Amino acid sequence: MINRILTGGALVLLAGVLAGCGPGNKPVDQGTPNKVLNITVGTEPEDIDPHVVTGVPEHHIIVALTEGLVAEDPVDLHPVPGTAETWEVSEDGTVYTFHLRGNAKWTNGDPVTADDFVQSFKRILTPALASKYSYMLFVMKGAEDYSLGKLKDFSQVGARAIDERTLEITLNSPTPYFLSLLNHYTWFPVHIATIEKHGGMVKRGSGWTKPENFVSNGAFKLKSWKLGRKIVVEKNPDYWDAATTKLDEIHFYPIELETTQENAFRGGQLHNIYSLHIDKIATYKKEHPDELRIKPHLASYFYRFNTTRKPCDDVRVRKALAMSLDRYSITENVTKGEQMPALFFTPPGVAGYTARARIEENVEKARQLLAEAGYPDGKGFPSLELLYNTTEGHRIIAEAIQQMWKKNLNINITLQNQEWKVYLDRQREMDYQVSRAGWTGDYPDPNTFLDMWTSWSQQNQTGWARDDYDALIRKAAVTQDQEARLELFQQAEEILMDELPILPIYIYTRVYALNPAVKNWHANVLDHHPWKHLDLEVKADE
Amino acid sequence: MLKFILRRILETIPVLLCVAAMTFFMCRLAPGGPFDEDKQVTAEVRELLNKQFNLDQPLHKQFIQYITHLPTLQSFKYPNRTVGEIISQKFPVSAKLGFFAMCIALGLGISFGVIASLRPNTYIDYIPSSLAMIGICLPTFVMGPLLMLVFSLQLGWFPATGWGGFDGDLFFSSDMVLPSVTLGFFYAAYISRLTRGGMLDILTQDYIRTAKAKGASGLRVILKHSLRGGLLPVISFMGPAVAGLIAGSFVIETIFAIPGLGQDFVKSAFNRDYTLVLGVVMFYATLIILLNLIVDILQVTLNPKLKFD
Repeated sequence: MINRILTGGALVLLAGVLAGCGPGNKPVDQGTPNKVLNITVGTEPEDIDPHVVTGVPEHHIIVALTEGLVAEDPVDLHPVPGTAETWEVSEDGTVYTFHLRGNAKWTNGDPVTADDFVQSFKRILTPALASKYSYMLFVMKGAEDYSLGKLKDFSQVGARAIDERTLEITLNSPTPYFLSLLNHYTWFPVHIATIEKHGGMVKRGSGWTKPENFVSNGAFKLKSWKLGRKIVVEKNPDYWDAATTKLDEIHFYPIELETTQENAFRGGQLHNIYSLHIDKIATYKKEHPDELRIKPHLASYFYRFNTTRKPCDDVRVRKALAMSLDRYSITENVTKGEQMPALFFTPPGVAGYTARARIEENVEKARQLLAEAGYPDGKGFPSLELLYNTTEGHRIIAEAIQQMWKKNLNINITLQNQEWKVYLDRQREMDYQVSRAGWTGDYPDPNTFLDMWTSWSQQNQTGWARDDYDALIRKAAVTQDQEARLELFQQAEEILMDELPILPIYIYTRVYALNPAVKNWHANVLDHHPWKHLDLEVKADE
Repeated sequence: MLKFILRRILETIPVLLCVAAMTFFMCRLAPGGPFDEDKQVTAEVRELLNKQFNLDQPLHKQFIQYITHLPTLQSFKYPNRTVGEIISQKFPVSAKLGFFAMCIALGLGISFGVIASLRPNTYIDYIPSSLAMIGICLPTFVMGPLLMLVFSLQLGWFPATGWGGFDGDLFFSSDMVLPSVTLGFFYAAYISRLTRGGMLDILTQDYIRTAKAKGASGLRVILKHSLRGGLLPVISFMGPAVAGLIAGSFVIETIFAIPGLGQDFVKSAFNRDYTLVLGVVMFYATLIILLNLIVDILQVTLNPKLKFD
């Protein structure tokens, strides 16, 4: 009996093997000529409701499915017409009037109207939905008050449908990056009737985002979503710019592990490696330079100091710690992904802004400062613990820094790794001394890096606050002249780099691999690649 | 026997309640919550979120709500799926992987074990026994990538990742081979050791000598007379092994990008996905209890010395 079961099992397996074997059925080989892109964007998306999600994988999928008022140019991401064909800005820069195109349609055939946008803004700002990302809309007049429940009447909020195809948005103050902001999915429209049919406006995860229910207005439409396997989107023939769309389908695979991504890529299953493992960078540089991409990313790697606890409450200690690092050695020998050693916080070249403030790397001065703080040659230095979330990459950086401080300042610090949620909790509760952190800009403007250090920001988490810093950021928000505005940011960053509630370490790069058949993929600091412009090309010699 | 089964089922109810309570309260005691993310939310939004997900209710009320509505509760991490949906979509994948792995494990394990036991302490014993030792020593996270490197990247026989072919809906596909073999080989090693031990015990028994004396053929002695007793240790091992196999392996599922439940078992705890953690744990607890019951019944049927009480 047992033998019979065994033989059966073996036969079943063998049949399976034979059925799938044979050359030429690799997804990439098949996909490229058929315009089917097989790609991974990391983890499984939590949802594709733009008013609920917060993540990057979600972004990549949502922008394929949904389009906002404006779209992004594939090369440098400057705002180009999207659902809105044209727009005007008032003299003082606070009122935008958008004219929606007549042929913008939802996938169910309904026209996309100005009221759809107004209702969508209303939804994300409704307190009961508790959108984590609603603050992206706070540049709009009354948006913040409405989201806090202070303002009950949505007609007081600065979004108004003048007629079916004209939308007027009033801002609190001129916001030079407003059009770029519109490319964030929080500003995207949702199909209200569908949402109301499936559980109502303020219910999260009501099922309206399931493939059988989902209605969208983008270049692609949702074909299927198999949990943990893949999300498939297909070309939307009714999209107003369908002539531009080159790909027929995009298959998004949730593959988290970097080594697995690499194996799938090498094995012809994926057109990309979303994130290349650090150990593989050298190999790819040598053997597959045509596939390897290393591009600057709008993100900073840094440590937070708890400025309410000893010894980091003393600015001299913070300075000494910041000055005694050799950042170049860290990026060259530890992280190895061509990251840029950061002597300031905001990644350079964002909207024409490169900080002029610099941290001076000077071990002598650092020792002197430490001595002034009462710890000559590190003597009597209190115990200092560096908190990081459990990841190999963070550990090796922390160890390098631990060594540098030991060598240069003669101080001993301990490393403490914590699981992600515990780490976040401790950081939020200010239960740390030094804590590892990273920040990715939400939009290409220095404001997204500098307003987080204001006294009112939720992201600050250092206990540091300065009135003059707050005032500069406030003033920058209402300054219309771009040059004067950037000057205010310069001054703010000077204060920040002088006070150092944070310790900048490096500016991230995105290290990934891409199959050379993928065309029109342009590197940019936000790592956005408008899907409708992408194409797949079979090499001429094949 | 019916009374035995009924009594065992009744016994599971307090066990399951204990498991549920422990899981629920341990989750809640752990620092951090489902809404802690890189970008911190304001206190106002946090409060609203807690309200929307009923986290502002007293703990005991939440607990009662959780255990009475478990399959229909929303996941915190994947809000457009319920706990029941996630388990019903992902468990069949893990179960299938486990089934294939079990076939491999039993096939290889029992045959190696039997062969080794026939000529103990000769080369016929040493070779399969050392293979088994390698299988035990080599963890799946080494074995998996190794097999992948050789059979998918070098030889190109099998896909490196995936499950169920390109669209993921094939019943059999070549991408199932490597993960099943990786997982199966690990268990095969144990089973072969257990089989060898069990068989060595039996083969020295008087009744085997009697069978041989009566002129039964070698094959008949093994299959008919020895295996039934020799496999008893394997049967007891099978309860937890089957549970472990079909519960899904976090390691294998991650390495081969397989959409199984094993990943959620681990990740839902990391994500503080309170509802999904509880759902998956309860599901597995029930499964393990059920499998142990089956093993107990099997043991009584195979071993005439045992009775149902």
